[in-house]
Amino acid sequence: MSSPSTPEVRVHRPQMSTWWWTRKRSYFLFVMRELSSFFVAWFVAFLLVLIAAVGRSEAAYQDFLDWAAAPWVVAINLVATAFLALHVVTWFSLTPQAMDVRVRGRKVPAVLIIASQYVGLALVSAFVIWLVTR
Amino acid sequence: MTFTPVGRPVHRYLRPPAPKRRLLPLVWLAFSGGGVMAAIFLPVLVFLFAFAFPLGWISAPDHDHLSAVVGHPLTFLFLLGMFVVLLVHSAHRFRYTLYDGLQIKHKQITAVLCYGVAAIGAISALVVLLTAS
Repeated sequence: MSSPSTPEVRVHRPQMSTWWWTRKRSYFLFVMRELSSFFVAWFVAFLLVLIAAVGRSEAAYQDFLDWAAAPWVVAINLVATAFLALHVVTWFSLTPQAMDVRVRGRKVPAVLIIASQYVGLALVSAFVIWLVTR
Repeated sequence: MTFTPVGRPVHRYLRPPAPKRRLLPLVWLAFSGGGVMAAIFLPVLVFLFAFAFPLGWISAPDHDHLSAVVGHPLTFLFLLGMFVVLLVHSAHRFRYTLYDGLQIKHKQITAVLCYGVAAIGAISALVVLLTAS
C-alpha cells in the first residue's frame, strides 16, 4: 500500500482495436461513410485533370477521355462511385437531424426534407447535363 | 481573485475564447457546404466524365464547347468554390476517419497532413482553372 503523502495515480487507458468497426454492421457503415471523404478527394483530382486537359488542347482532352476509359481507371471510379453513393444517401438522411426547418411554425417532416434534396439532385443533374451536352 | 465552488479562478470562465478556436466553426461550415456539393453536384459530374463520355454511352461534347463552359467567369467562380469546399470537407472528414476509424491518435500530424493536402489541392485548383479560362 502506498503512503498517503504520495498517492498512486493510475491512469485508465482504454484499448481500442484498429479493427473495432468490423464487428458490427452499423459501425462498419459509419467508417465506410467517413471513408467516402477519400473518394471525394479522388474525384476532385480527377476533375482537375480533366479541366487541365481541356485547358491545354483538344488532343489533351481526347487523351484524357482515353485514359479515363482504361479498365483500371474505370475500376477505381466504380469503387469511388459506390462510396459517393453512400455519402449521398447518408448525407441526405442526416439533414433533417441537422436542420430544423419550420413552415408557419410547424416542423417540416423529415421525409419531406429528404425528398426535396433528391428533387434538388435531379434538377441540378438535369441542368449540368444540359449545360455540358447542348 | 474570486474562486468558484470547485476552486477554479473565475477569470478562466470569463476569458474570451482563444482566437484559433474561432477557425473551427468555419471549418465545420465548409465541411457542411462541401458535403452538400458532394451530394448534389458531384454525382452528375462523375456520371458524365468518369463513365458516360469516356465509355461512349453519350457522345462526348466537343473541345470548343467544353472549353467555353469552363472558361466562363461564372463557371470559374463556381468550380473554384466547389473544389475548395469539397477539399475542406474531404480533409476534415478524413482526419476524423483516421482518428476514430483507424485509431490513429496523432491529432496534430494528421491535421497538418489532411489540411495541408487540401490547401495544396485548393492552390492547384486555382492554377488549373486560371490556365483553362
